[in-house]
Amino acid sequence: MQNIQDLEKILNSELNAKIKSSLIKHNQIYLKIDETDLTEVILFLKTNSKTKFRQLIDITAVDFPENEIRFKLVYLLLSHEFNQRIIIEIDVKEKEIVGSITSIFPAANWMEREVFDMYGIDFKDHPDLRRILTDYGFEGHPLRKDFPLTGHNEVRYSHETKKVIYEPVKLEQNYRNFDYESPWEGTKYIKEQTKE
Amino acid sequence: MAKETKTLNLNFGPQHPAAHGVLRLILQLDGEIVEKADPHIGLLHRGTEKLIENKTYTQAVPYFDRLDYVAPMNQEHAFALAIEKILKIEVPIRAQYIRVMFCEIGRILSHILNVTTQAMDVGALTPTLWGFEEREILMGFYEKVSGSRLHANYFRAGGVHQDLPKGLDKEIGKFCERFPKIINDLELLLTDNRIFKQRNVDIGVVSKQDALDYSFSGVMLRGSGVPWDLRKSQPYDCYEKFEFKIPVGKNGDCYDRYLCRIEEMKESVNIINQCLANLPVGPIKTDDGKISPPPKKEIKQSMEALIHHFKLYTEGYRVDKDEIYTAVEAPKGEFGVYLISDGSSKPYKCKIRAPGFSHLQAMDYLIKGHMLADVPAVLGSMDIVFGEVDR
Repeated sequence: MQNIQDLEKILNSELNAKIKSSLIKHNQIYLKIDETDLTEVILFLKTNSKTKFRQLIDITAVDFPENEIRFKLVYLLLSHEFNQRIIIEIDVKEKEIVGSITSIFPAANWMEREVFDMYGIDFKDHPDLRRILTDYGFEGHPLRKDFPLTGHNEVRYSHETKKVIYEPVKLEQNYRNFDYESPWEGTKYIKEQTKE
Repeated sequence: MAKETKTLNLNFGPQHPAAHGVLRLILQLDGEIVEKADPHIGLLHRGTEKLIENKTYTQAVPYFDRLDYVAPMNQEHAFALAIEKILKIEVPIRAQYIRVMFCEIGRILSHILNVTTQAMDVGALTPTLWGFEEREILMGFYEKVSGSRLHANYFRAGGVHQDLPKGLDKEIGKFCERFPKIINDLELLLTDNRIFKQRNVDIGVVSKQDALDYSFSGVMLRGSGVPWDLRKSQPYDCYEKFEFKIPVGKNGDCYDRYLCRIEEMKESVNIINQCLANLPVGPIKTDDGKISPPPKKEIKQSMEALIHHFKLYTEGYRVDKDEIYTAVEAPKGEFGVYLISDGSSKPYKCKIRAPGFSHLQAMDYLIKGHMLADVPAVLGSMDIVFGEVDR
């Protein structure tokens, strides 16, 4: 069994130019790399005899709408042989196209489709980039922070037309978002006042 | 003269008893041979991850019950562990034992359902009837401890919601005495049954390498001969204190996966017995008043407890800015939670890694070249539950 510090050292020496930063936290390695190096790094991690990250656990994205580089794409890998986990992060701009890793891990197929569906991030050379979880003909990307929780359309069976129809969401009562932050710790407006 | 043939497109589901829920499988058939399978999922998509982002950490727990609804507590476990790791909470030892015990009950719940419905998919009805009787008893334990048969909402960050009611440990003990005989009965019906073997042996074979490449986990991986179980390799809670074996298959076919599940049920009974024998006394949740709510009695007496109670059930507790992936060995495989917290009382992002998602993805690879009648057998052995696949 290889210790996690050694593994981090190996990664840093072998992939030196490609790693932007690395960090050990919660007994996992967090790597930050560039989008252009993605496929190379993942192929290295999978095939190298000192790393053997042979299983792709998941791919997901995180949305930070206030940042200039909006998305963070996250790849989780697992090495059975060395019993280690690694988390690879790349920054992705809106409308930027990321290389697909389906040729390295066939399991990436649906995971990338899910990221595309939920966040609208495109993947280059993906064999079949369709929506996966949302409805046929769905518009928008639900997990983006600017997508409303209630969605845009609702579905019902119409007795007049004898079929299922889509209508804009109508709520009897608006979704209420209560601000429970303690007043003595400073709610937003007090914080803003004290700043001035 | 060559005969002209045409492939047939067949819609399997979304409403089909052998689809185990709402799966729409579009099959391309050449006669009875499946040439291509294209699963359409998402018919049960409820936007769980989006909802969790808009709820406090306490309010998010019930959503985990609704993922894999045949083994609810195993999923709550992953979420609770993620929060505990970020907040660095020490979980009292009694709570750890209770959690392990109920996770193993969940494993038995899930495996009974899977083994018996797999048998039903290939034509045997009796195991289902026998198995469901036992599930009923196990769900009774769920109800006694949490008040709910299915959607327990029982595990919390820092422990469990409440202690075991009086006498429940004895009841579980009685069940554990009786249950091995039931497993034996099921095995008598199935294991050497000629029809069951004809329908399962050498069907849906997965090689070791493919199991890894397709991100298989749990029984799907072990059935192909990879000895990997998170309870052993990356033990969480007090799993390292228990002695149990990890059954591993040889051929990676549907039959091996069935055998693995049967053996795992026996091991689970073993773990529950060890839990009951060594169940420590003590608190069942952390005593940190900022995270776990005070006992009802104290609220009437102490001002501080009242404030804590109020704050915990309105704002909820805050979780420091951090990022973590935690996984547990759920009955179906590796169930993981990738959690990003931003210091507020709501998760910034909570990605759920469901084992069934990767398994179903391999449907096309598994079924290519098989007969149409093998589709339910393969689907049954994959142990798909749409609550977790569609999220």
